[in-house]
Amino acid sequence: MRYSAFQIFKNALGGNTGWKPVWREPEPKPKYDVVIAGGGGHGLATAYYLAHEFGVRNICVLEKSYIGSGNVGRNTTIIRSNYLLEGNTPFYELSLKLWEGLEQDFNFNAMVSQRGVVNLVHTDGQRDAARRRGNAMRMHGVDAEYLDAQAVRDMLPFLDYRNARFPIKGGLIQRRGGTVRHDAVAWGFARGADSYGVDIIQNCAMTGVRRDGNRIVGVETSKGFIECGKLALCAAGHSSHVAEMAGLKLPIESHVLQAFVSEGLKPFIDTVVTYGAGHFYISQSDKGGLVFGGDIDGYNSYARRGNLATVEHVMEAGVAMIPALSRIKVLRSWGGIMDMSMDGTPIIDKTPLDNLYVNAGWCYGGFKATPASGWCYAHLIAKDAPHPVATRLRLDRFRRGYLVDERGAGAQPNLH
Amino acid sequence: MASLIQCPHCGARPKEEFSIKGSAEAERPAPDAAEDAWFEYVYQRDNPIGRIEEYWQHTSGCRRWLVVERDSGVHTVYRVLDATAARSSE
Repeated sequence: MRYSAFQIFKNALGGNTGWKPVWREPEPKPKYDVVIAGGGGHGLATAYYLAHEFGVRNICVLEKSYIGSGNVGRNTTIIRSNYLLEGNTPFYELSLKLWEGLEQDFNFNAMVSQRGVVNLVHTDGQRDAARRRGNAMRMHGVDAEYLDAQAVRDMLPFLDYRNARFPIKGGLIQRRGGTVRHDAVAWGFARGADSYGVDIIQNCAMTGVRRDGNRIVGVETSKGFIECGKLALCAAGHSSHVAEMAGLKLPIESHVLQAFVSEGLKPFIDTVVTYGAGHFYISQSDKGGLVFGGDIDGYNSYARRGNLATVEHVMEAGVAMIPALSRIKVLRSWGGIMDMSMDGTPIIDKTPLDNLYVNAGWCYGGFKATPASGWCYAHLIAKDAPHPVATRLRLDRFRRGYLVDERGAGAQPNLH
Repeated sequence: MASLIQCPHCGARPKEEFSIKGSAEAERPAPDAAEDAWFEYVYQRDNPIGRIEEYWQHTSGCRRWLVVERDSGVHTVYRVLDATAARSSE
């Protein structure tokens, strides 16, 4: 069914009994052209674009839990393309452009809200870095605007302007950035992929990979063996784990990142703001809750929960930036597992094996990249050649010395 | 993870006093080792779920380097040894 105002009207007259589940729950077939291991946002987007753009339809997506149970349903929902480095800017800009047309494209309301993303600056050095980043973005055709102190004050009156240690000197804004309803992204891509006949197999974990020399023959799953033409790994958080099944070692560590949501409030913050003097970012969801987070905890973990020390650190940074936060109540906090790559940049590439592809290492920034990641990965799988905007996201860049170190912070994940 | 870590020199101390370096399992190659060995050491990770050994430094305490054995899947801390003791016991 194609969703439209007319359908809402028609179904309302029919007592709303006409709505049907938007994807099937099929049993796996014995063989597929492409098996995608991981039914998160990126896996579903890959399946959708493979079918929708590249004409590959005989696909299954394996998900060990249910659709939307992983990081795609547990992030802080921010989209932006304010990247500095050449290998990154065009990729994230493609993603933002896809976000802009996504709802029309897959006919699902993902509540894309381009409310702007402001990065605050507090020192002369930060101002220079922000201007440089803004100029780099504009040279790539991305919107960026430097706001002086007064402009920030007019736009965000609730920030602490009396902080002597970290005065707010201005900010870099990307007005096309914003937030998206994250679950709807998973549901929209799943519905879109399903409409082309893609089998989404939920509650089906990949348990092993069957190899014949340098080729993948198929995958062992909790629902039996599935033969595949190509195997596409897309299990960020557990990439090392699934890659190991294929005998591959990755330059990735798994770390825990915590996020928080407050009780519902009346409209308070109508943009996304990030703190320059600490790692803190905040926005307000359409339900009214403030959604915010900070840095990774800084140690390897698969436990999906973090430490209180990090909770305290995030709250301190938040209250330093917005003193009024001290009076709100936090409703929930949670931890998710991040694929931390060694330079902070993801990997979308072929592997030393003939028909194995890898999409991994999204660090804490995978959500904004969902459509471009799916698009570029689908391009790679369908054509066996990287998409022009993803040529730097190679697996062998570490060995060859072509790192894409956006943060420039060091060679191990707990530094960036 | 546990909020208190048993430092072999200082006793039970808050976890925030420690800095975590990373895996203690990879062997640092010789300075003149081949490029492949250095690539493996610097960038490649086993990243296991389960028992791991890590280098921690008690930065806000005795400043000794320690080897902490813990579980990456459930955050249990099993053992904390001084790095010198841990290495000589191997």
